[in-house]
Amino acid sequence: MSTLKVRVWRGGEDGAFQGFEVPRLASQTVLDVVTHIQRELDPTLAYRFACRVGMCGSCAMTVNGRARWTCRTHVSEVIHDDALEVAPLRNLPLIRDLVADMREFFDKWAAARGQFKPTSTRKDEFARVEPDSAERQQADAGIECIGCGVCYASCDVVSWNRDYLGPAALNRAWTLVSDIRDGARSERLAAVAGDAGCHSCHTHMSCTERCPKKISPTSAIAGLKRATLAAVIKGEI
Amino acid sequence: MSARGQVYLWAAQRISAVLLAFCVCVHLITLIYAVRGGLSAAEILARTHASIGWGTFYAVFVLAVAVHAPIGLRTILAEWLGWRGTALQVVTVFVALAIAVLGLRAVWAVIA
Repeated sequence: MSTLKVRVWRGGEDGAFQGFEVPRLASQTVLDVVTHIQRELDPTLAYRFACRVGMCGSCAMTVNGRARWTCRTHVSEVIHDDALEVAPLRNLPLIRDLVADMREFFDKWAAARGQFKPTSTRKDEFARVEPDSAERQQADAGIECIGCGVCYASCDVVSWNRDYLGPAALNRAWTLVSDIRDGARSERLAAVAGDAGCHSCHTHMSCTERCPKKISPTSAIAGLKRATLAAVIKGEI
Repeated sequence: MSARGQVYLWAAQRISAVLLAFCVCVHLITLIYAVRGGLSAAEILARTHASIGWGTFYAVFVLAVAVHAPIGLRTILAEWLGWRGTALQVVTVFVALAIAVLGLRAVWAVIA
């Protein structure tokens, strides 16, 4: 049986990589490797996972320099010379080992007015949203985000500008701007405009390139740029 | 600066970029066409002297640069050096005015 040489980040921001040797198995995922280390080699290793099948978004880490879901990444896809390097997500404070602090990531969803604001009550008729309408299609394009943080960790603008809301929060805002039932359009557009919002995006498209759900936050951000400009011209924000 | 002001800055940079794309193309095509028989200061001045058309064209070109470049520079200073606030706005406006004044002076020099 061949062996994988795995370097895993240990400790906080001032920590270092620690080497482990892990048995190479068929159809082995990076999450399998990390789990093997924690269960067989060093039980103090901290990492985060839940569903193991690409639904929960909690196991994202930096694997050989790229942010990925470890549960859906086969070792064979990313391995270089039987070696693997696993680190926590970039652009987020580090708690310990492979666990990044996701608070600022989700706080920015709230700052981008990521909450739906209803315009009707349960006593009203159901809203009718035509499946083929442009708004429904725009919302559909971004609605499957599960908040894993891969886009946020891959975004250079986040690393240069700590106030930047980031691709996921802006994508969420765009799905709500596109939601014809929502009643907070103006305040949401005001929240996502400017230097901390959509206008800081450089259109590098790293978020779109690396999103495991194949969502394009870049397109969502472009939509927000158009919508905010229209809102400013109309005097809505 | 307000979010509204930042949206205007973004729009100004986009609109000036469209103008620059046009101006750069006209400038380069003219340049390539004009130097076919050799290039001299006298030849350039003969083309531009007292020309309202070229004067207007290059004045628009200079003003588009004066709008476009400082807004980009503002972003670079904010992202790379962490500049924020009033100092950043002052530098941006200063660079815009410097480009506009020096550029328009150069245009005037070949037109007048």
